[in-house]
Amino acid sequence: METFVAATISGLGTGAVYALLAVGFVIIYRATEVVNFAQPALMILGAYASSAFTNELGWPFWASVLAGMVTLALVGMIVERLALRPMVGRPSFSAATVTVGVFLVLLIVAFRLIGPNIITAGDPWGLSTTVVLGATVFTLDLAKIVISLVAVGAVGLFLARSRIGLAMRATSLDQEVALAQGVKVGQMFGLAWGISAGLAALAGVLVSSGASGVDATVALVALKALPVIILGGLDSIKGSVIAGLVIGLAEGWTKAYQPEYLPWLGANFDLVVPYLIMIIVLMVRPYGMFGTKEVIRV
Amino acid sequence: MSSTGPASSSRTDVRSSARSLRGRPLLYTRYSDELRIFNTAAKRGWTIAAIAVTAALPFGLDRDLVSLLSTIVVFAIGGIGLNILTGYAGQVSLGHAFFLGLGAYTAAVLGGEESRGVIGLGLDMAIWLPLAGIVPAVVGLLVAPLAARVRGLYLAILTLGLVFIGEHIFKEADSITGGAGVGRAPAEPVLFGVDLFATKEILGYRMDRFTVFFYACFVVFLVMAFAARNLARSRFGRAFAAVRDRDVAAEVMGVNLLRTKTLAFVVSSFYAGIAGALLSIIFGRITPENWNLFLSIDFLAVIFIGGLATISGSILGAVFVVGLPKLVQVLSDYIPLASDVGQGGIFTVFQLESILFGLLIVIFLVLEPRGLYGLWIRVRNYFKAWPFSY
Repeated sequence: METFVAATISGLGTGAVYALLAVGFVIIYRATEVVNFAQPALMILGAYASSAFTNELGWPFWASVLAGMVTLALVGMIVERLALRPMVGRPSFSAATVTVGVFLVLLIVAFRLIGPNIITAGDPWGLSTTVVLGATVFTLDLAKIVISLVAVGAVGLFLARSRIGLAMRATSLDQEVALAQGVKVGQMFGLAWGISAGLAALAGVLVSSGASGVDATVALVALKALPVIILGGLDSIKGSVIAGLVIGLAEGWTKAYQPEYLPWLGANFDLVVPYLIMIIVLMVRPYGMFGTKEVIRV
Repeated sequence: MSSTGPASSSRTDVRSSARSLRGRPLLYTRYSDELRIFNTAAKRGWTIAAIAVTAALPFGLDRDLVSLLSTIVVFAIGGIGLNILTGYAGQVSLGHAFFLGLGAYTAAVLGGEESRGVIGLGLDMAIWLPLAGIVPAVVGLLVAPLAARVRGLYLAILTLGLVFIGEHIFKEADSITGGAGVGRAPAEPVLFGVDLFATKEILGYRMDRFTVFFYACFVVFLVMAFAARNLARSRFGRAFAAVRDRDVAAEVMGVNLLRTKTLAFVVSSFYAGIAGALLSIIFGRITPENWNLFLSIDFLAVIFIGGLATISGSILGAVFVVGLPKLVQVLSDYIPLASDVGQGGIFTVFQLESILFGLLIVIFLVLEPRGLYGLWIRVRNYFKAWPFSY
């Protein structure tokens, strides 16, 4: 039972970060119909920026997290304006390939900035533990769940209630009609990238928090958000939160039980579980749990 | 038939129609003329010239440049494979590296030496080379029905998953791949008892082993490039283009979507497997980490920089993608921007070349989606229209 609770909490913690990243993918997808493969690089740059504010400028943790998110939001907007805006109206796979190029550029910039060093978020949790239902779990995992859900909730509320959120939803429904109603569609694209990059930065902070810190290669973890959006549906924020937690749980449970019960699947099998789930979902229900079924016409 | 064409006067035989084309290369009087593998004299001329120059190149180059040339040729094979799938059939794949790895390990198991717990049968190249293509093709056949169910970006995400799962399998299958971080020796290119990676004496001229192996790769490349060009102009090639341009419309016109996409996948995997097998010999030692996402991105760069849906574009792209690091290395002596590790400078040579790849993918897609091939079309059209601007 204790193993189970511990695995569940740690899985949910991982899953919450995936959900955060997945929401970033979904916001960009809804605005521009592009899957943003540059998200991993944005995540690691966000982790770096936040850690630089804390460790080099000595800012408090929360201030540097916010500063890191704002910095990355700006980076996201610049990338959108320079690389993605000219691709509006072109096939979506061309635009997705552009983000692959952006990924390579930003990732190398991150490698250059970070070098062989370890990034630490300077978070207040470290290795401290809490007892939940009789099992000892890291406080960090609980913090990940709470922070991610608050952030996603805030974004959801912004999209649902604010005037700009309404404009963004209008843009994702129909760009031309939104334009005719006076929505500045280009700015909405930029804003979508800004929010998405900000969320990625927050995810980066959460990934790099804890006592040990991470190196630059952890960026590829962000690609786990792709199975999440497949499971949740490419255009559903609710779906990506639920699917994020599901994938995180699957990974956590595999990590806890697979070495004992199914050792022949090999070491680190938990890292490929999300992709296996993704393949099964694509076979059974290609538009995910909550996605809009694609209507195809000639 | 040809008597109706405006080019023919009183003579109606085929030869005269061919002769009358001389001054008017784009005037076709028969459909089959337009579909010929070299439908203009200029294409045939340039191709023969390019083959001759490339075949002569190793005699004037250093060993490391000859080795680079082999890498270019092998990347061109892999690039053509990805171009058949992504360029002609419009199915974006990030999973090319997985199929390259599959080919490399098939070759290594069949043609490599057995050592320290790693399987190796030591068979002849005549056996392992075709199988290095066929095994990935069969795996492609198994994956294809799944891939045919999803479209566009979903497929890109699916194939991305394939790379990660493949890397995991490669790392776990110790007896085949040597395991993570350790790796194994590749296949040995011994064709009918003749070692193609050893110094040879031909007509009194000594060729080093890199030159010998280059010619082996070059022959394979020529066969596969012509085969691909042939496929592209066949009815399957037209079906690919129809599926790419609008899959529902293609299906309405009677193109079998599942069969067409499966064929594209299988052929592409075959090319990837052959390229992977040859590439592993150039690498000298292969680890499971060789076949990761970044190799897939390299091949995407080959076709997007070179030009989608053209064979010559794939070749140009391979020259560019493989040649660029070397160029950066040479230029880094003159430009202070790049430096070797630990000598200051803003980026290391390796970082600079990766950044250039990324930037070039973006720049080409934004400014010239047809790639290097498109630049060539622009130059050609300028001179064709000269002295007018269009």
